[in-house]
Amino acid sequence: MSEQELRVSKIENGTVIDHIAGGQALNVLAILDIDGSRGEVVSVGINVPSDRLGRKDVVKVEDRELSQSEVDVLSLIAPAATINIIRDYEVKEKHRVERPEAVTGVLNCANPNCITNENEPIESSFAVLENGVRCAYCDTIIRDSIADYIRGA
Amino acid sequence: MRHDHITSAKQLSREDILTVLDRASEIAADPASVSQKQQGSLLGLLFFEPSTRTKMSFSAAMKRLGGDTVDMGPVDHSSVKKGESLADTIRVVEGYADALVMRHPSEGSAQMASEFVDVPLINAGDGAGQHPTQTLLDLYTIRENAGLNDLTIGIMGDLKYGRTVHSLAHALTNFNTRQHFISPETLKLPRSVRYDLHDGGTEIKTHTDIEAILPELDVLYVTRIQEERFPDKNEYREVAGQYQIDAELLEQARDELTVMHPLPRVDEIATDVDKTDHATYFEQAHNGVPVRMALLDLLLGDSDE
Repeated sequence: MSEQELRVSKIENGTVIDHIAGGQALNVLAILDIDGSRGEVVSVGINVPSDRLGRKDVVKVEDRELSQSEVDVLSLIAPAATINIIRDYEVKEKHRVERPEAVTGVLNCANPNCITNENEPIESSFAVLENGVRCAYCDTIIRDSIADYIRGA
Repeated sequence: MRHDHITSAKQLSREDILTVLDRASEIAADPASVSQKQQGSLLGLLFFEPSTRTKMSFSAAMKRLGGDTVDMGPVDHSSVKKGESLADTIRVVEGYADALVMRHPSEGSAQMASEFVDVPLINAGDGAGQHPTQTLLDLYTIRENAGLNDLTIGIMGDLKYGRTVHSLAHALTNFNTRQHFISPETLKLPRSVRYDLHDGGTEIKTHTDIEAILPELDVLYVTRIQEERFPDKNEYREVAGQYQIDAELLEQARDELTVMHPLPRVDEIATDVDKTDHATYFEQAHNGVPVRMALLDLLLGDSDE
């Protein structure tokens, strides 16, 4: 048994998000709104040695299969992430995250004077640019530290 | 026009702009021809921030089309004071009018409001965001005085927070113009506007000083540097002083230079400029009426339909 498997054991059913940039695992959970409150078992590996990334984070969510549209938002903070859908301990599907055209309800606008930061019944919405995201309401472009703007993080 | 709402100058194509300007020219030439055009129509005015020119000219425009206005009045006297959300306010007022004009202090407020209503909604300023109808009257004024083709324009002052600047810069990308931006480093164009101008193929030329570029300009569009943007009042006075023009400075300009300002001005254009042939800002403010008449008439359509 390898050192890595000792740290985080295999899961029977669920989703493994692998190749997350080191240190981003908790942001991944925040952006996916996974906090264990629904009783799901969540395992998190932070700064696990990786041949490809040097250090990587790994998140395993048991008994929940995340859809492509759910995980594509991860491309904003973990563009190298791979998604493994596990059934009966086997990897049944494996795919990469893809950049969505827009993300809704997951980021706060960086502009404190944006209407989405007020007490209005709307969700934030951002167009995804090649390099950053752009608020669909006030046009503010966020390029750096996108993880800082994850709603609820 | 194909738009139900006018929330940003970004949505206006060259064809849209020329349609409004042509209609405004017709109306300015013969206002009597449309004096009953919108009889029975009501325009709702929601100004969550003070306004003189924009509000009065929209009101005048609607009345000169034969229509009338209903006004929310000052925020202090409205349900907003009781904590009502904008989304609720706008949905209530929608039922009182055939079109709405809104000014609100938050960026993106017009876009959000437009998602909650079916009647045409016109953005009359959303914080430091956009002010598309000011841009239409600015373009009308430019076309009347300098033409919109092969134009060299300098835009000076608070380019960061100036919503009239953001809208104008966007709209000018539809025309063959060279845009020069003159401002202190701290008040240069926001990233989002620079992004769009690059996207539209516009080369952005920035300057911190007006003098070198002044002789090349066909139009100089001056905006106010607002004191409240500077925590340090000494810094404000120092910066603002560098972005003022007077008749003496304009001697270096071309004789045909058109000087514009969305108003109100404080001291960024000295009053001695008013008497020169360059001064066009009062004419610009007056143009708000025919341009807004044209826009309202296009959005509302024929009242008997």
